[in-house]
Amino acid sequence: MIRAEWHKLRTVRGWLGGLIAAFAVIIGLGVLAAFGVHTSCGQQEGEACPAPPIGPGGQAVQDRFAFVHQKLDGDGTLTAHIADFTGIITYPPPNHDELVPGLVPWAKAGLIIKDGTKPGSAYASVMLTGSHGVRMQHNYTEDKAGPTDARWLRITRSGNTIKGYASSDATRWAEIRSVDLPGLPRTVQIGFLVASPANVTAKPGPHGGSIVQARFTQATAVFDHVDRTGTWTYEKLGDDGGMTDWEKFHHNAGLDQHGGTLTISGSGDVAPAGNEAGATIAHTLTGMIVALIAVFVVAVLFITAEYRRDLIRTTFTAMPHRGRVLAAKAAVIGAVVFTGGLIAAAITVPLAVHLMRSGGNFVIPSSTATGVRVVVGSAALLALAAVLAYAVGALLRRGVAAVAVAVLLVVLPYILATTSILPSAAAGWLLRLTPAAAFAVQQALPSYPQVNMPYAPSDGYYPLPAWAGLLVLAGWASAALALAVARTRRADA
Amino acid sequence: MALDGMTFTAAPGVVTGFVGPNGAGKSTTMRVLLGLDAADRGTATVGGRRYRDLPNPLTHLGALIDANALHPARSGRNHLLWLAHSQGIDAKRVDEVLDMTGLRTVARRRAGGYSLGMRQRLGISAALLGDPPALMLDEPFNGLDPEGIVWMRDLLRTLAAEGRAVLVSSHLMSELQDIAGHVVFVGRGRAIKEAAKDELTIRYGSLEAAYLELTRGEGALK
Repeated sequence: MIRAEWHKLRTVRGWLGGLIAAFAVIIGLGVLAAFGVHTSCGQQEGEACPAPPIGPGGQAVQDRFAFVHQKLDGDGTLTAHIADFTGIITYPPPNHDELVPGLVPWAKAGLIIKDGTKPGSAYASVMLTGSHGVRMQHNYTEDKAGPTDARWLRITRSGNTIKGYASSDATRWAEIRSVDLPGLPRTVQIGFLVASPANVTAKPGPHGGSIVQARFTQATAVFDHVDRTGTWTYEKLGDDGGMTDWEKFHHNAGLDQHGGTLTISGSGDVAPAGNEAGATIAHTLTGMIVALIAVFVVAVLFITAEYRRDLIRTTFTAMPHRGRVLAAKAAVIGAVVFTGGLIAAAITVPLAVHLMRSGGNFVIPSSTATGVRVVVGSAALLALAAVLAYAVGALLRRGVAAVAVAVLLVVLPYILATTSILPSAAAGWLLRLTPAAAFAVQQALPSYPQVNMPYAPSDGYYPLPAWAGLLVLAGWASAALALAVARTRRADA
Repeated sequence: MALDGMTFTAAPGVVTGFVGPNGAGKSTTMRVLLGLDAADRGTATVGGRRYRDLPNPLTHLGALIDANALHPARSGRNHLLWLAHSQGIDAKRVDEVLDMTGLRTVARRRAGGYSLGMRQRLGISAALLGDPPALMLDEPFNGLDPEGIVWMRDLLRTLAAEGRAVLVSSHLMSELQDIAGHVVFVGRGRAIKEAAKDELTIRYGSLEAAYLELTRGEGALK
């Protein structure tokens, strides 16, 4: 039965041609877009943009903070009390007309052990945050909550193992986490970290979508009862040389030391970078939408042409079990589209990324696992969407109507949700409930709870994980197929 | 309701004519037998089994329902090949039936360019694909030129002589004049009369006369 249906599919030249064209569009548009991308920064045309640092896990990261440090040879410990933690936020809503004292939720002040002063190097840190209590974070992506009321912090190193502690009274200490930093050299930097990420807000735009605003903030922490002596060195780590008016005229970032008390001011963040850092590997799959429509046409015709020509009677005469025939056809169109989509995506993603990089553009690195998920997931998305379109065709038995319904179900919600037409809450629901949820397979960067970002669909972040998105689409496809089978069994052919 | 009391026999080794005016229920009977249309009551079986319960049904009963049921972009040979795949029939058999029906030379051309006569031959090829003991052909003479009609008569005669049961529907008695050994007359969804050709010729003088006599006033059901 499968063989018969496969023979049917491959012997109509237009269908095979349509499918090959669809896959060629994925490769072609991906490569074309890669050639078309030119980024330049600074005054001079063609000046390369500074790439974000890469963390130990291979991700693009942010590593910009006030770093007060001294050398640590071998094992050691640092304990301090945070006497004060304050900050300013420049011109926040509602009126945007004044500097407001206050800390953003993920402002950070604490103790850090870091593999040198190169941005992107390995570290572990125990810190007090603006409104998320004490945390132990390491290597940019990892985060663990500690007590909320503690002001005493301690960090220890023993070999590659870093432990973070917190206490509210300096006598009873709670260990937050013990982390391993593999390959940590004997000599590292130990000291203090103060960072304050931008104050980010998103509000609905006047023409739909949302307007994201980021404002400069600065945090100041006062550390006392410091148990290490020796000279402390201040460094504005990851500094790009730019200074805000606040830093120029009011209060610059830096270290102010009076005896054992250190007052440190700083901005920035130590965290994974988001999509703002550059293009992701998913940007190479821009041909998917056009390919989807071409695939829909073939998948729909695969069944509606049989009704139009009354060929369906011959089919059901040769294979009287109608449900099984419809399922076999679904399997054939799904498998063919999956295979073609897999080949197309497996060529496009590495090729286009290579072209973009050799053109001097920064592409945010993704792990192999993420790359495989984007490629295989995109093929699965194409295949399941093709089955959905085919099932709608089997249900409606009208070619044009079925293609229109498939586009309405899959392509339209995706476009509405990702192009800043709808408010992001509505966009989120479209990407949870409609078949377009499956585009979640193309999210190249994870979202992190410890980073305050809007994570909007228009930036390539989806509300569902990849597997759940595919499951939503699979649910739609199965439901449509079940309805089609029910109708086909009941009616005279 | 299109059919009511449609009971008759098509015996092996004989061409059974299935005649009646347009709309008498000939095509519907065939569709019900093939499981394409559902009957409200009663059973339609092939060799004692429901059609849908036959494994590889084309090897039990070959049928030609609508010669135009083709995808125009698919070649005649590929049309037969997918049918062969669906029945577990070897591709060699496809070329055999193409030779039997004289389509070999055009088999690799798009079926959309075939004349109605060529489509009828392709339909017959499909019916013969499974080498079935029983054949059921709905208006196979439609669209054939005089030469084609002669060819078709010879083929049907040969197929019956091989011991197959061959049921051929027609709304024109003349087409079956020389080949039908047994005739079933239908009207208004019923089998009015079935009898051997010899018996009918003796009683009515000719099959044509029997047809006119028996189907008078038996037009389509509304």
